[in-house]
Formats: sequence, C-alpha cells, structure tokens
Amino acid sequence: MEFQRKDLVAIEPLAPEEIVHILDTAEGFLEVSRREVKKVPALRGKTVVNGFFEPSTRTRLSFEIAEKRLSADTVNFSASTSSVKKGETLLDTVRNIEAMVPDAVVIRHGAAGAAEFVARRLGCSVINAGDGRHEHPTQALLDLFTIRRRKGRIEGLTVTIVGDIANSRVARSNIHALTKLGARVRVCGPPTMLPPQVERMGVEAYTRVAEAVAGADVVMALRIQKERLGRAVFPSDREYARVFGLNSRVLEGAAADAIVMHPGPMNRGVEITSELADGPRSVILEQVEHGVAVRMAVLYLLLGGGRSEWTS
Amino acid sequence: MAETYRRVLLNADAVRRSLARMALEILERNRGTQGLALVGIVRRGDRLARRIADHIRKAEGVEVPVGRLDITLYRDDLGRKGAPPPLGPTDIPFSLDDRMVVLVDDVLYTGRTVRAALDALVDLGRPRAIQLAVLVDRGHRELPIQPDYVGHAEPTRPEEEIEVRVGDDPSDDAVFLVEPGWDEGEV
Repeated sequence: MEFQRKDLVAIEPLAPEEIVHILDTAEGFLEVSRREVKKVPALRGKTVVNGFFEPSTRTRLSFEIAEKRLSADTVNFSASTSSVKKGETLLDTVRNIEAMVPDAVVIRHGAAGAAEFVARRLGCSVINAGDGRHEHPTQALLDLFTIRRRKGRIEGLTVTIVGDIANSRVARSNIHALTKLGARVRVCGPPTMLPPQVERMGVEAYTRVAEAVAGADVVMALRIQKERLGRAVFPSDREYARVFGLNSRVLEGAAADAIVMHPGPMNRGVEITSELADGPRSVILEQVEHGVAVRMAVLYLLLGGGRSEWTS
Repeated sequence: MAETYRRVLLNADAVRRSLARMALEILERNRGTQGLALVGIVRRGDRLARRIADHIRKAEGVEVPVGRLDITLYRDDLGRKGAPPPLGPTDIPFSLDDRMVVLVDDVLYTGRTVRAALDALVDLGRPRAIQLAVLVDRGHRELPIQPDYVGHAEPTRPEEEIEVRVGDDPSDDAVFLVEPGWDEGEV
C-alpha cells in the first residue's frame, strides 16, 4: 500500500486500505512520543502553516506537537489575530500564505468545503482540521486508531454515536471511516439532531439511547455544540442529559467490555457524566494521546515522499 | 531478455560460523558482556542481532539485551522521491545510557543507513560507545564509516546486489551475490 495523495480533506473519498495504512503508520509514531528526545528529523526543512479560522485548543495543539516532533517548522495563524478580521477573503488569505511557500497548510474553518476550496487552489498539501459541518478526518482516524488498539479490530464491532449527528463533522467522518472498515454504526439523538435519511449513510438511527447502546462495543458521545445551534433543538441541558446523556446506568446495556469515547471538549453533566468520563471504560485521554501519533502519520505520509508522486 | 546470475557467497554453515566468530570478537574486544547491548537495524539486522545474542549466550551463559531500531524517519532521502517508505518497529526495552552498544546490520554499503542509525541512537539515549557489526561489507562507502566486526568482506560492483536471507530457521540462512546479466546484443 502506498499513500500518494496531496491532501487529506475528507474520509469519504479514501479507500479502506488507505485508512488502514494511515492507522498502521501511526503505530510507529506512538513510540516517538514516549522517548526522552521526542523528536525525529523526518520533516526537517518543511514548513507547515496552521490556519485556524475557528477556535480550537486541542486540535491545534495536537497538530503543532505532531509537526514539531517531526522537526517541521510551524507557523500559527488564527482568524482573531489576522487580517481576516480586516475583511480579507479566504482566497486572498490562502494566496498570501502560498506566496510564502509552505509545504503544508492545516486548516480549520467554519464553512463546510473550505478545506477542499483551499486544497484545489494551493500547490502544497492541505489537511482539513475541521470544516463546518462537513468533516474532521484526523479526529475520525484517531478514534479508529483508539478503537483498534483497544479492540484489536474495527470490522464487526458495533459502534454507537450519541448526540447532535446532524451538525457534527466528527460524526460524519466517523460514520464514513467506520462503515468503510466494516463496523456496524448506530446513531442516536433527538429527531431534530438526526439528519434526514441518515440511513443512507449506512447507519441505523435510534431515538432511544438505551436501545442504541444495547450490546454496543464502543459508545461515543458527541459534544452539544451550542455555537452551531442557531435555534433551540432541545428544551434544556438538563432535559438533554436526562434523555440522551451517557451515564453508567445507560452503559449497563452495552457489551461488558464496552469503551466510552468523547472527541472533546466535554460538557460534563450534559452529554456525559463525570463518573463515566473519568471511569474505567473511558478512553478519552487515550484519544488525545493517539491524536498526536495519527497526525504525525498523516503529515509524514503527505510530506515524506516526493511531490512528483502526488495524485490529487 | 537479460538474465541475472545468483551466486552463493555464504551458506547456512558459513553464516553461522561468521556470526559465532563475530560474537567471540565482540566478547573479546569488550572483555565480556558487562554493559553490552545489541541493537539490530530493522529488519534483517534485527534478526542477525538475535543470532549473535544466541552465540553470546552459548559462549558465556549470559543473556545480552537486544533491541531493534527502525531508521526510516532518519533517512537522508525522505521527501525527495517516491512514496514515503513504510515505518518499521523501534523497540529498545532498556536504557542506552552508558551502554556499549553494538549496532548490527546485514550489509554495509554506502554507510548512509549507519549514519541514520547513529543519529537515531543518540536521540534515544547516550551510549558510552557504539560499535558496528555487519554480516557483509561490500564496499563503495559514501561516508566515513567503518565496521568493527565483519562477517564477510566482498568487493562488489555497484550494479551487483547482495541478498541476505535470515529466516525463522538458521538452517535457511544464506548470502547471495546477484549479478545483473546483459542482453546478448549489448556485448
């Protein structure tokens, strides 16, 4: 298997073998973060621009650590401190970034399709760090990596995703990745938070969390994204927690060795109780650790080869 | 159609004798196993390091720690051509600090792999010293690197290849010299 893409914009166009290749490559990078000198020279002399047009703590930090552990030079750029505030268009911004000849641009943007838009216009590699409600491919990859390390496989597992499926790029990327690798995916949320005809994505839809979780090997809570909810789609946090919140009682119906995941940041007491998030089933902090290894793998696979080999 | 010629340089017995002699030389030079560790370069160097450790155990009754090192991320041709090479495992389950580390590889050629391995080792710790053991030295160095222990020295032409087979069973071990053939019309 050879990975010969210029960009990582979405999970949807990837072949199952490409996803597996990224996960396999990430295994080799876990060890680097456990060394005394947490740095390898693989991307020495490469410049990576982290363009965050939308707030992010964990993803930006994770990318930056991954880039630095690969010895790339990193430049951060966030919308709040840049000329975006002065009214510059995305196209003008990326053209200016390109004039500085980076080797890769990591982009987080509030508009779905922004990463694809930039990838088509830039000659360098583009990695989508989340674009609106579209996709967040590296999050799905680190989730699959975590599941595979815990369960030894993806195929045949039942994975339940609970929350605001319609607005979640994490859910969308995970649904694509999990179904491609042969997992059974169930989604669960208030009817207002399930996209119409979600079954077309190859998942089973539930509105009762107990039914969705029954027998599941993996249960993933999504963050209630208050910033994306223009209108009230559920009455209150308390109401949501009572009906769709994950807690240890709900998890009793899951497989005995079921793991609990959350992409962060958590609204404790809303989509997940602290007891569950901090309990023995939780792999939430492993997800964060694995995020660095997976992002190192993606950067290495995009930038570690020759440019002439790229296929867009 | 050009044919290639494959000649046996070392058969299984010869490989075993070479590795056994190298193990004794390592013991002699380092006055025993105190502080000694072997690190094999993935993949064949890794297997050869285990073979040498077996010979050391037979000679001294001591289990010398063996690690394996993947040098992919330290290669000097990354980002230059082709798809990024796949990573192998690095697993050194002991501290390198103040150890006498014997780096083991199958073939010493340009020296670029050893250069990468030296950089990788010093990122992993601070050995007291590093020595180099190779099963075959085929010449054509591009860097000032010399082995301390050599199984077999074979002057080669650049267009030839050395093929080292180290499998699960030592009785299948072998080293071949592969010479490219030539088209009849060329001569």
